[in-house]
Amino acid sequence: MTLTNTMSLNPFSETRARPDITLNMDRTIGGTDTTASTPRPIGGAEIKNPKIEVKGLNFYYGKFQALHDIQIQIPERQVTAFIGPSGCGKSTLLRAFNRIYDLYPGQRASGEILLDGRNILERDEDINKLRAKVGMVFQKPTPFPMSIYDNIAFGVRLYERLSRRDMDERIEWALKKAALWDEVKDILKQSGKALSGGQQQRLCIARTIAVKPEVVLLDEPASALDPISTLKIEELISELKDSYTIAIVTHNMQQAARVSDYTAFMYLGKMIEFNDTQTLFVNPESKQTEDYITGRFG
Amino acid sequence: MDIYTRRKAINFFNLSVAAGTTLFGLFFLAWLLWVLFQQGFSHFDWNLLTLDTPGPGDEIGGLRNAIVGSLMLTGVGVLIGAPIGLLAGTYLAEFGRYAWLSHPVRFINDVLLSAPSIVIGVFVYEIMVIPMGGFSGWSGAVALSIIVIPVVVRTTEDMMRLIPDSMREAAAALGAPQWKVVTSVILKAARSGVMTGILLAIARIAGETAPLLFTALNNQFFTLNMDEPMGNLPVMIFNFAMGPYDNWHDLAWAGSLLITLTVLTLNILTRFLLRPKK
Repeated sequence: MTLTNTMSLNPFSETRARPDITLNMDRTIGGTDTTASTPRPIGGAEIKNPKIEVKGLNFYYGKFQALHDIQIQIPERQVTAFIGPSGCGKSTLLRAFNRIYDLYPGQRASGEILLDGRNILERDEDINKLRAKVGMVFQKPTPFPMSIYDNIAFGVRLYERLSRRDMDERIEWALKKAALWDEVKDILKQSGKALSGGQQQRLCIARTIAVKPEVVLLDEPASALDPISTLKIEELISELKDSYTIAIVTHNMQQAARVSDYTAFMYLGKMIEFNDTQTLFVNPESKQTEDYITGRFG
Repeated sequence: MDIYTRRKAINFFNLSVAAGTTLFGLFFLAWLLWVLFQQGFSHFDWNLLTLDTPGPGDEIGGLRNAIVGSLMLTGVGVLIGAPIGLLAGTYLAEFGRYAWLSHPVRFINDVLLSAPSIVIGVFVYEIMVIPMGGFSGWSGAVALSIIVIPVVVRTTEDMMRLIPDSMREAAAALGAPQWKVVTSVILKAARSGVMTGILLAIARIAGETAPLLFTALNNQFFTLNMDEPMGNLPVMIFNFAMGPYDNWHDLAWAGSLLITLTVLTLNILTRFLLRPKK
């Protein structure tokens, strides 16, 4: 059956830190399962329940146009992967979903990005609230210079007033979700910087989901990590998609194949192909997609 | 001589010259400390802390008024200057990062950083001492704060800029407004660096004489009233070193050693604060 099912048979909490964890490593793309709901590539892609809908998005770094007329629909509670060679605009697209680019003058977007039908590119969009709703995990783990507890509490305190007890619960919940609880439950007062790279990244994920976002953006979340940590993050992603809409940018095609339900291939700032992951990898329509996934360029 | 031997010879020569010049510099530093200790240390006693500076012909005396005055002038100077410097540095590093205003501000700050301190003294004399009708501790503190500001602005900006943008993005991505990102995350991350800047500013003004000559002047008597002229170590050293009495000379040496030790301590403290973690 689908990749999704294979993974839900391995609940993360059960397999973590066990030797048989390696079973998950050779998930391959197999089968010819193409259901009726399979969206067609861009132009006519049909996602029944799009959480995010991008229409005619152009993005500029100063005078340089990095994205050209992007159309894509990101399905709710699924994992959508963005692949493509360096500089193709996949990170740029991801960074448009929470308007993190707004931090830098000279970066701007035109077109529409509809989150639940609301265009977030509108001037009057409350960006901080948007970012609380659309969380993001970055390539490099960035623990704040505070304790593990406060790293997570920081985001929660921005929008909620919780009692000490509720906060403790929320932090435990987030750390458990991020599969970090067992490793840090006794050292919550220690600095987040003292953790290993993989733990730091899971802390960042815990921090992100602690504010209970609806969408989680992952910008190459595992590219700075070792294989074991990468595996943990990947398992975490498949765990999280039950509750969150996930968009992940990755350089690693195997990773995209392993974790995602849908995959978008981008090249030179354009959306080349978007389809369910199996179809895109097994039976790509575009020549460019095929060349890229077979390693002929990129 | 083949190319390798030649390269080694050149390397040896350059290393020797570099080491030699380092030793040359250190030699004078060591000499200075030696002389200060030799002349000043023998006069370190309780009188130094409990008695005020002696007038002409007085047999015994200490530095109480000058030490307390220096502490107050430096303290108030830092209290005025450091917050302004912190805020301005934060503006340059964070809020005004891309604003047109930050370029002239940065430029003027650099000019101020290298402004001769006597000019600052004359300036405060003009804007405070004359209108207020006399020398005062307040004007001295203001003059010192003008020296503190550019130092703190510069280090604050530099230290905050050392924090990678990924940290700002990570905090902003949680929905934190910019002021929250800056106060809760960036300032925390840059804390030891910013503290260092303030300590360096204290070290810088601890021995400043010129700005005080025109402002706080000096006071032979003990006072805590900042509306009056105030005793302080640098001007005391200036006066007593040139004075005709031996006990004045001794006190000048003791004061010099005291200032030097203070500055040395502050510098060691900054080293300690900035040391790499683990």
